[in-house]
Amino acid sequence: MAAKSNLQNMALCLTLTCLLCSAILGMVYAVTKAPIDAAAEAAAKAAIAEVLPEGGDISEAKTADLDGTTYEYYEEMGGGQVVAYAVKSSTNGFGGNLSLMVGVLPDGTIYNTKVLSHSETPGLGAKCTSDKKFTSQWNGFAKDKKLAVAKDGGDVDAITASTITSRAYTLAVSQARDLIKMLDPDATTGASLFDK
Amino acid sequence: MANKLSLITKGFIKENPTFVLVLGMCPTLATTTSAINGLEMGLATLFVLVLSNIAISLISPIVPDKVHIPVYIVVIATFVTVLQLVMQAYTPSVYKTLGLFIPLIVVNCIILGRAEAFACKNNWIDSALDGLGIGLGFTASLTVIGIVREILGSGSVFGWKFIAGDGILAFVMAPGAFMVLGYLLVLFNKIKK
Repeated sequence: MAAKSNLQNMALCLTLTCLLCSAILGMVYAVTKAPIDAAAEAAAKAAIAEVLPEGGDISEAKTADLDGTTYEYYEEMGGGQVVAYAVKSSTNGFGGNLSLMVGVLPDGTIYNTKVLSHSETPGLGAKCTSDKKFTSQWNGFAKDKKLAVAKDGGDVDAITASTITSRAYTLAVSQARDLIKMLDPDATTGASLFDK
Repeated sequence: MANKLSLITKGFIKENPTFVLVLGMCPTLATTTSAINGLEMGLATLFVLVLSNIAISLISPIVPDKVHIPVYIVVIATFVTVLQLVMQAYTPSVYKTLGLFIPLIVVNCIILGRAEAFACKNNWIDSALDGLGIGLGFTASLTVIGIVREILGSGSVFGWKFIAGDGILAFVMAPGAFMVLGYLLVLFNKIKK
């Protein structure tokens, strides 16, 4: 069984244990740092690619301010002009931060959305990642549709029993669209003139 | 040999950590929203349990009695952090669903419980087998709870949906966890007798 305790061996034992454990953790951290960064970057790239039309060149991350919040966004270039934007937009959901990647066309149409991270209730709000009826409506959400859940008089179909999550999701999308309206006012007017 | 085998099998029935010892209830209730989550959480705990049992059986003879708990906790926390980093690096999708609960493995009573009750009194091979047995028992229990909750709550098993539409939402949330655990405890103890 265990050794008899005295001050010296207790102090020595705790010090050695902590030293050894820190050394192990330091080593594992050093080994896994590169794959962790790569995985995070791959996930971010995949999310950007998923919400943008295929084929263009995606720019490096840029930032812009709107209403006191700084947003990170990416531009997709095709034929010398911007064909779409991907905006990282966050709001408070039901269980905490809800972070989305939103693809917006210059005319204000939502191309697609993707959840980057969330802490919504499993089986309820967490369906914002899996509920086909909810997620697919963002695929080409027309620019003249109202960004609010149906309960609040808008055109967004909320997830059953998860209005707060749906509202937060909608707010994040509308923040992204507002940012693009600010960044690209000409394109917006141009496109709507064309549509008339 | 039979003795060694019983070290592994006892975790399923005789000393089942969830239904007999009733340990580690926090991860049990929190992560069993679906069968796959329960299974993954069980396997993560199994990994930490085997390694910490081996390490603790090796160091326990030289650890002074009065500081053995802090030393064991540091050892367990180290393995949990290693697991967390490795999962983050090589299985990011699993980490995404379980990430929040991985640090909780440190305070899972099963791990410190096995360290205190078994690993510090036995050699490292027996301790590893004990960790394997208890870990497999824990994994099986979590998977069973997860399957029941997923069937009732979402109408699916391991993500395969057999009922269209929603299940009984309460079973996906905390109250359902308590109910399923309670009834399974009754059932298990009935069968065991």
